[in-house]
This record gives sequence, structure tokens and C-alpha cells, in this order.
Amino acid sequence: MCHKIRHPRYWLIVPFKMAGLEIISDQGYRIDGRRSSELRKVCARMGVFTQADGSAYIEQGNTKALATVYGPHEVRKGRGKIQHDRAVVNCQFSMATFSTGERKSRPKGDRRSQEMSMHLRQTFEAVIVTELFPRSQIDIYVQILQADGGNYCACVNAATLAVIDAGIPMKDYVCACTAGFIQDSPLLDISYVEESAGAPFLTVAMMPKSEQIVLLEMNSRLHADNMEKVLDLATQGCKDVFAVLDRHVRDHVSESHALMTAS
Amino acid sequence: MAVHITLPESRKKSAVPDAPKHLVTPGDVITTDTGYMRGHGTYMDDDKLKASLAGVVERVNKLICVQPLKTRYNGEIGDVVVGRVTEVGQRRWRVDVNSRLDAVLMLSAVNLPGGELRRRSAEDELMMREYLQEGDLISAEVQAIFHDGALSLHTRSLKYGKLSQGVMVQVSPSLVKRRKTHFHNLPCGASVILGNNGYVWVSPTINDEKTESSGGYEQDLEPVPSTDREVIARLRNCILALATHKLLLYDTSVLYAYEASRQHQVKDLLQPDIAEKVADDTRQRLQMESG
Repeated sequence: MCHKIRHPRYWLIVPFKMAGLEIISDQGYRIDGRRSSELRKVCARMGVFTQADGSAYIEQGNTKALATVYGPHEVRKGRGKIQHDRAVVNCQFSMATFSTGERKSRPKGDRRSQEMSMHLRQTFEAVIVTELFPRSQIDIYVQILQADGGNYCACVNAATLAVIDAGIPMKDYVCACTAGFIQDSPLLDISYVEESAGAPFLTVAMMPKSEQIVLLEMNSRLHADNMEKVLDLATQGCKDVFAVLDRHVRDHVSESHALMTAS
Repeated sequence: MAVHITLPESRKKSAVPDAPKHLVTPGDVITTDTGYMRGHGTYMDDDKLKASLAGVVERVNKLICVQPLKTRYNGEIGDVVVGRVTEVGQRRWRVDVNSRLDAVLMLSAVNLPGGELRRRSAEDELMMREYLQEGDLISAEVQAIFHDGALSLHTRSLKYGKLSQGVMVQVSPSLVKRRKTHFHNLPCGASVILGNNGYVWVSPTINDEKTESSGGYEQDLEPVPSTDREVIARLRNCILALATHKLLLYDTSVLYAYEASRQHQVKDLLQPDIAEKVADDTRQRLQMESG
């Protein structure tokens, strides 16, 4: 399926067929064999660590994220952070050095991690009912173990499961999904290869039952006419992710409840 | 010395009976009837009562609440807790009790050594660090709850006070069954304090005569014989095995687990398959006794 483009000028005409990799083939299949509106396979597990108050592990395709939640507990470091009427949510995002193709050591305080941590904190401050825990602190730590596109989404989904596992009240789930626009068609759940092909894509985090968008992020340029299509596809993707996570939570709760009441 | 290494095993789905009657997840609508009072784990959105936790809905007359699987300890007055001192402050100690805020132990709520009854003076304030320091473990009872949810503890009885030699095990607070007494002298040769906050203290058998004169502050630091140590280690591993398999902890279940574990070596109880066997044996025996 290699297209040899002899004349250098022609490279500008067919940007998404570079190096023989077509993002969408003629039959409508993507590089990993999905259709344009298909999500990657989601596997999740709650209660991974016994020491933490809540923990969860999620795999979306090849992207793997691990989240742990501690809290609510007394504010330990820095009495200045205490809020008298609600809990402080503290998020920390990190990527493992082995998570990308090339091993790259990432110091904790670098710009990208801080930006992601801030986005996560804003997302969860909107969803966790913090008014119930004055003067406390809730810590959410997320780590990416393997990055294959959709890092923020995997973090949000893993952190949602971890917060539910910790028994911290939330108004609703938060599910996140990406959607892009390539060759006149919207694509759901962008993987790393599709991201680096340069197509515009946006990330949406929303509360699926109340259909409210918590966070919307886009770093590329998309024509306003196409915005609605892409946004609709992303919200539909979030609801699909929610269906998978909800089933998993229900199974986990009913199994644990049965174990506790059997004695 | 051989190191025990096992490959990861997929978790077995235990034989689960039918799902509990009313299971909710955050954001689920519990009811649209406005006649109900909302309890823990719920919130009102427009006219609908929605769940904010994943758990089972419990309805008591007109009160609806959602019980989660595990949560931080929520104190009730009269509970027995085991806690660790985190800070020595002005006329009070701050104690970590696995709750969302540290509990407070006021100077006026402890027994002075020698059992004196007098007003606490400035000298007592300066001597606070000699009674309890950061890192000490205490057993206490919840006296009151502050308006922000922090607990106020007291050690006014002689059975409470500083804990000396023993082992602490941390489990989830929802696994400790509420009973009349939480101090148990087990016939196998050890004492157990099952704190309502999930902190469990296992120690050599307490002799009642010794603590009366000291007022709860003298630590018995004599070496513990190795037979007692083995009993304590075995009990600790049994409690961890029960907690991993989500069995409720009370004196009978701990004792049955101890008896079921007798055939194994103490260190073998840490292996997941043997721990599962002990938990299953205990569960079967408890079901036979009750059913």
C-alpha cells in the first residue's frame, strides 16, 4: 500500500498519505483496523492497591494509566492551603520514563505535567462534592505507564474509577474521549499515530448522565463548520466509555457486597 | 534464605449470589418522590434524589442513604478507636484515626499518672510531651464530635491509654463489626483491640491487675517471650487474610481464623492461596454456626 510520490510538489496535495500510511483506507478502516466512530478496547480494574484509599487501572487500547486516591485526610504540608468550607483537591500527573517509544526522563515539575495536573484538578474540583469535607485534602495521583494517544482521557477515566473506589462522593462520573477530523470525516478516540499525523483533534471530558461538559481542550485549528460534528462524536464516545466503566463498577460493588454480607 | 516469588494470577470470580437489591453508582437517580429525607451518599438535583457514591441504597422509614464499600472512618460517640499521635499542641494532642480530620485528645480528657483528680496546671501543659509524644499509639473512646467533623477523644477509663508492645494492623473501617466490647482477651494467648476506625492492635495478654496503679501511662517494656510473639504474628496474618477477603472482623471470626490457620506455618499465611483457604474455612464455619 505504498504510494511513491515522485514530484516533490505533490506532497502538498496528499498530506495524509505520507510514507505510505493512510489514516483511513479506502474501505474506511483505520491503521489499527477500527472504523471511524469506534472506541478502542477499554479494560479496567478497581482496587489495585490495598494501601491507598482508592485505586484503579485502565487500558484504552495501548494506553495504560494507573490512578491512586488518598483522602479525604488532614492537610499535612502547608497550613496555608486549608479552605474552611470545602476540601482541597490536589492532583499530580506523571508519565513513566518507559511510557513512550524513546525512554525519556521527565522531571516532575515540567510544564506539560503541571498543565495536565492543573486540568485534572479543575476537572475533579467540579465533580467531587467538596463541601462535605471542610478543612481536608484529597490527593489524586495519576501515572501513565504506556502512552499511545489519549493520555488525558485515560487519566480522567482512571481517576474517576479510583475516586469511586475510595468512597468519595461525586455528582456524576467524569468520562473523557478524543475526537479528530481527517479527510472530511470525524474520527473517534485518536491514537498516537493519528495524533502525530497532524490532524486537528479535541479532547472532551463530560458528565455523561447530566450531559454537561467539564473540560474541552483543543490545540489545533478546526474549521467552525466541522466543529459540531466532531463535538457530537466526542460526546457520544464519552457516553460509550461511561457504559463500560459503569458496568465494571456495578460488577465490582455487587461482588464485594456479596463477600461482605456472606459472613 | 529462599525468597518466595509467584507469577501474577488472574483474580478468580468467587461464586457470587444474585446482585443486591438496589445498587447505585454516582449520578443515578434514586427516586423522584420528594417525601424522602436524604442521608449520606445522596444529593438533591432539581427535584430528583441522586446518588453520589457507588453502593447499596438503604432505606429506613423516610431516610434514604447509600452505603459505600469502603470509606474513611466516620466517628460515632462511644466508639473505641486506636490512633497514633501526630502533634503535641497547646493543651491537646492531635491523633490520626483514619478519619478525614485528625482527632483531638484534650489534656483535660486524660488520666494523670497516679490517678489524681485535680485541675490541670501550667506545669501539666509543659509535661505533656512526657505523657504522649508524636508517634505514640493510644486507645481511646470518642467523647464528642466537633461541628466540622473532627472527633474529641478521652482516655478516662483505665483500659484506655498508651499502648506498649504489640502489632498494629490497618484494615478498612467497614470491616470491623460493631459489638458491645472491642477489647478481647483471646484464649489462644493474646489480646486484641478491634478499633472501630479500622486500626487493630494485637498484643500479649493484658493482666488486669497491672494497669490499675499506673493510670495507663506506664509502658511494659519487658521482653516478650517468643511463644507469645508467634501467637501475635499468627493473629496478625489471620486478620490480614480476613480483611483481604472482606470478612467482618469480630472476636469469633478472628478466633476461627486462628484455629483454621494452625496447620500452616505463620509465614505461609502471607501467601495468597493459603490466605484464601483460611478465609474460606472461616467463612464456612461461621455460616454453619449461624445457619
